[in-house]
Amino acid sequence: MSASILGAVVPTTTYYLILGAVLFGIGATGLMVRRNPLIMFMCVELMLNAVNLTFVALAVRFGNIDGQTAVFFVMVVAAAEVVVGLGIIISILKRRPGVTADDLAELKG
Amino acid sequence: MLDVIWLIPAFPLLGFVVILLFGRRLGEPASGFVASGMVLASFIVSVGVYFDLLSMDAEARSSIHTVFSWVPVDSLQVDMAFLADPLSITMCLFVTGIGFLIHLFAIGYMHGDPKFSKFFLYLNLFILSMTLLVLGENLLVTFLGWEGVGTCSYLLISFWHTKDANATAGKKAFVTNRIGDWGFMLAMFLGFQAIGSVSYESLNLAAEAGTAQGGIGQSTATGIALLLFVGAVGKSAQLPLYVWLPDAMAGPTPVSALIHAATMVTAGVFLMTRMNPMLAAAAPEVSVLIAWVGALTALFAATIAVAQTDIKKVLAYSTVSQLGYMFLAVGSGAFVAAIFHMVTHAFFKALMFLGSGSVIHGMHDEQDMRKMGALRRFMPVTAATFIVGWLAIAGVPPFAGFWSKDEILLFTLAERGPVLYAIGLITAVLTAFYMTRQVIMVFFGDARWGSFANEAEAAHLDAATGTRTDPEADTETDTDGAEAAARDDQVPVVTHGAHGEFKPHESSPIMLFPLVVLAGLAFVGGVIQLPSFGIVPEGWRHQLERWLEPVVEAGEARITDSGAYDSKGLLAVLAIVCAMIGIAAAVAIYARKMAEPIEPEILADGWGYDRAISAFMGGPGRRAFDAVAWFDKHVVDGAVNGAARLVGGAGAEIRRGQTGNVRNYAAIVGIGVVALLTWFVIGRGIL
Repeated sequence: MSASILGAVVPTTTYYLILGAVLFGIGATGLMVRRNPLIMFMCVELMLNAVNLTFVALAVRFGNIDGQTAVFFVMVVAAAEVVVGLGIIISILKRRPGVTADDLAELKG
Repeated sequence: MLDVIWLIPAFPLLGFVVILLFGRRLGEPASGFVASGMVLASFIVSVGVYFDLLSMDAEARSSIHTVFSWVPVDSLQVDMAFLADPLSITMCLFVTGIGFLIHLFAIGYMHGDPKFSKFFLYLNLFILSMTLLVLGENLLVTFLGWEGVGTCSYLLISFWHTKDANATAGKKAFVTNRIGDWGFMLAMFLGFQAIGSVSYESLNLAAEAGTAQGGIGQSTATGIALLLFVGAVGKSAQLPLYVWLPDAMAGPTPVSALIHAATMVTAGVFLMTRMNPMLAAAAPEVSVLIAWVGALTALFAATIAVAQTDIKKVLAYSTVSQLGYMFLAVGSGAFVAAIFHMVTHAFFKALMFLGSGSVIHGMHDEQDMRKMGALRRFMPVTAATFIVGWLAIAGVPPFAGFWSKDEILLFTLAERGPVLYAIGLITAVLTAFYMTRQVIMVFFGDARWGSFANEAEAAHLDAATGTRTDPEADTETDTDGAEAAARDDQVPVVTHGAHGEFKPHESSPIMLFPLVVLAGLAFVGGVIQLPSFGIVPEGWRHQLERWLEPVVEAGEARITDSGAYDSKGLLAVLAIVCAMIGIAAAVAIYARKMAEPIEPEILADGWGYDRAISAFMGGPGRRAFDAVAWFDKHVVDGAVNGAARLVGGAGAEIRRGQTGNVRNYAAIVGIGVVALLTWFVIGRGIL
């Protein structure tokens, strides 16, 4: 391993996994505590990408391409989801400016 | 022609579809000719199939033609298949043959009716159903026809449905028939449960094999035979379910002739004959029961017919009585005689119904025989043909009815003993009596139409009948004169009743032609089954028996070595004497006026049977139904509604979890993930 600008610290798989876990935790917590639909949507994306990171890290670790393949699928699906989801959220916000996720409880049983 | 046997039901189906689509455009009389032509085509195919079968060996005369697989469900395999054998073709020949003649008659009879084409629509549907019934290779196809003829019967009885009594009579027929159908269905289920098939061939083979060879045991056979008999009792108007047939006279007269005399009501007899091996395998008491039901029905209906004043009601009760004879034959193991009587009865009863239709037509819709008389001078052809029918049903040789009735009585004496034989003979006397009474009242004596031309004549007849209450006001199901009244309702033509100044007129040639043909058949019909008397040439004897032999082999009683058979000449003489006694008594009372007519009110009222049923159903029956309704409402519905309420309540509780708050859902998903992880890590020891 060549020396890096971070000094003697050489990132191993564990680092990436921990980073993924932290990102996932931030996303999950954000989803639960924030009320702005746009922020919650970003949190979901964060969680997706945390999972992507672990996929890639483990794929490198095991020398197996399957994990990276899965990541492409996740990215494609996420892109499609963003198109639909963002569209819905923006049209909701246009109609009811400043609305929070808690106000959108029309599906209450 | 054997391989195109499916054409027999296909032609009436085609006629039905054509009239359904273009009936209004065809109008009168084209739709009538279309319908008649289709039935004639069916008849021609039947004749072709008959000659095909005739050219084969007796044992080979049975073939099954599968049109398509109808109900292919696992072990239940039912085909839309037709069975061509001597029995089904015999039935087809007379159903389509007589059906054609009655179609022709109806073209004249229904002239001017606003629903002319609809009438022929129903008639063709009826012929379709009836041919399915007799040609069916399994109980289910027969059942399809069985229900079809019931439906057509309902539609045609209440054909002039604007009159309340007609609609009621139709409903009565339908409901009564359904009681019998229940027996038919259970018999079918029982047969399937026993051998896994509803085809006649398998059922009858299994019945002949018996339990030893893995067939049907005696108890199962008894059950099937009894349940089929329940179905037959409903369809063929036997005690205790005969009540619908007299009321069915509310329909147009060609319907009475075709459905309620010649064809549909014989379906029960046909079914019992078709399943005769089952009857042979059943406990002997079943046959005894059938014989008794038949004999009692014959006697019971004959006594009622003695006092009827409606020209069609006499014939209706007479039909019930003659069907009783057929069941007496079935119960005596005389299946050939039953079919023989069915065929001859179809000839002469269709003839007499059509004759009565011609009379009603010529009398401008008058049905009361007390207002007729002397019609032979005005309607010579109708009178002559009706008289042939009268001699046939009264049992005067050499007319057709004599031979068939004599054969039944012979088997009754040989198989079931003197008591049932005596009942049969008494019924024969009564039959001759009431038919002679009818002929005299309608065609002879003085003219009582116009304004009761002869007061003395009127008084003479009123002595017996004048005390009666007005039949129209009596009960709501009473249909005396209902047909006439209904026609008055719907046809605003020159129906001015029987009281105005008018002359009865002879009917048109298209109505007389069927009468003449049927009269011919009623005269010579007996040749198909002549007994072995010395004067009968060897080759002419027992032709129908030889023809039907392969079908009825298992059930037919063998009586040639019994004492009754040896004295059959004496029995025939006895039967002729009985007929003569009946005719002589009626001539003495109604023509010579040597005695007052004995027509007690209770007989005119049908022994009060209808009113007894009404009273029972209105009283204890009603209360029983109310109790059942209560049970249904509170216990059955209670259980169903309780289950629904339970589910509803549970749902109401669970819906509280659906807050509609996205962050709550996210939290629940999060908790779920944690729980799953905990389970993986701690519970399964992964990591």
